[in-house]
Amino acid sequence: MENSNHYDVIILGGGPAGLTAAIYLSRARLETLLLTEGTPGGQMTLTHEIANYPGIEKINGHMLGSVMKKQATAFGAVVKGNAEISSFSLEGEVKSVTAGDGQIYTAGAVILATGGRSRTLGVPGEDTFKGRGISYCATCDGDFFTGKEIVVVGGGNSALEEAVSLTKYVTKVTIVHQFDHFQAFQFAVDEAKANPKISFLMSSTIASFYGEEKLEGVKIKNLVTGVETNFKIDGVFIFIGYVPNTERLRGHVEMNERSEIITGADMSTNIKGVFSAGDANAKRYRQVTTAVADGTVAALAAADYLHSLKRN
Amino acid sequence: MLYTNLNHVESAEQLEKIISENENVMVCCGRMGPMCIPVYGIMEELEPVYSHVKFFDMDFDNPEAMAIRNTPLTRGFMGLPFTVYYKNGKMVKATSSIQSMQQVKTILNSEFGQPNA
Repeated sequence: MENSNHYDVIILGGGPAGLTAAIYLSRARLETLLLTEGTPGGQMTLTHEIANYPGIEKINGHMLGSVMKKQATAFGAVVKGNAEISSFSLEGEVKSVTAGDGQIYTAGAVILATGGRSRTLGVPGEDTFKGRGISYCATCDGDFFTGKEIVVVGGGNSALEEAVSLTKYVTKVTIVHQFDHFQAFQFAVDEAKANPKISFLMSSTIASFYGEEKLEGVKIKNLVTGVETNFKIDGVFIFIGYVPNTERLRGHVEMNERSEIITGADMSTNIKGVFSAGDANAKRYRQVTTAVADGTVAALAAADYLHSLKRN
Repeated sequence: MLYTNLNHVESAEQLEKIISENENVMVCCGRMGPMCIPVYGIMEELEPVYSHVKFFDMDFDNPEAMAIRNTPLTRGFMGLPFTVYYKNGKMVKATSSIQSMQQVKTILNSEFGQPNA
C-alpha cells in the first residue's frame, strides 16, 4: 500500500508487552508503529526496583522501559509516546487507527498491549485531595506524612507491604479493607499483624473524603452494619489493585466479565489479525516477565499471520 | 539527579533568572519516582509543541528546591511531583502529584495560550 502512514503492524500500548513485540517485529524487518497514550515502559516505570527480571540483578523500572524502547527504535520501530488515540477500526484485512492529531495509521495486523492502571475508589473528594493527603505511592509520598496518622486502603500484597513500609514514617496506620479477610499472601498478613503501629478495620470502606485546603478526614462505612463514622486522619494511601485499560475496546474484541481480553495461546483475539498481549489479557499472573512473554508470542503470531496473507 | 531530557534547574538563583527572562515557564519539581516520571515524559513530548513555553525540572531533594516547595501555592502539597507554572516571573498555578497529558495541556492553554498550529 502506497501510504506513508501504513505499517505492517501497529501496536497499541507501550509497556513491556508492547515494547517486546516492537523489538521482535522490527528486528524481523516488519514496519512497526507503537502508539502509547502514556510513557513508554507502562506500569513498569512505576516500580522503583525490579529484582526478579532474569539476567538483570536489579534495575529501576523506568530504566528497563527506556532500554526496551531504545532496542525497539534501534531496530527501526517507530515509538510515539503520549499519543492520543481517538478511534480505530480492527475488522477487515487493513486495520486503521486515528490519532488525536487527525493522523490515520493503517496496518495489516494490530497488537493490543494496553495494560492496566491503578484502581481508584471513585468516591467524593478523591480528586480534590489527590496530592493533598491522598496518595497512591508510598515510596513517593511517605515522608510527607512523618509523625502523622494515616489510613491504607486495600487487602492485597501491595496494601499490606506498603502499610508496613509506611510505618517507617508515620505513628499509626489503619488498614481499611472491604472484606473480612485479606487477599495478600500469608507472610504479608503476618508481617502487618505483627507490626504494633498497624490496626485493622475489616468489612469497611471509605465513603468520602473531607477537608478544607488539605485532607482532614474520611467517612468510613461499615459494610456489615451500614453505619458511617467520621475518622480524622492526615493521609490516605490507596492500593486496591489494577483495572485493565480496555474500555474503548469493548464491543470490538471478546472480553470476560472483568473486562480482560480473551486470547488463544498465540495471543490471537476473536478478530483475525488482531492480537493482544500483557496485563489487559485474561490471565492469572501479571509480571514484567509474563508481559514480555506475551509480547514475544503476539509478535511472532502477527508475523506469521502477515506471511500467510502474502502467501494467499 | 534527574535522568530526564529536560533542562534542569540547579539553584534558586538560576530559577529566579529563568522566570525573569522568560514569559512562560513550567517546572516539575520531583524525584525519579513513579508519580514524577510520567510528568517528565509529558513535558518532553510537549516541549517541541509549546515553543512559547520553557520547560524545566528540578530535583525535589535539592535544598535549593525550597524556592518551589515553600510558596503560598505549594505549601499544603503532600504528593510528588510539585509542578509549577510561572507567568512574567509570578507563580500562577501549581499542582501536586501525577498529572495526565490532558491536565497539563489544559493548564498550559489556559495560563500561557494554545500553541501555534
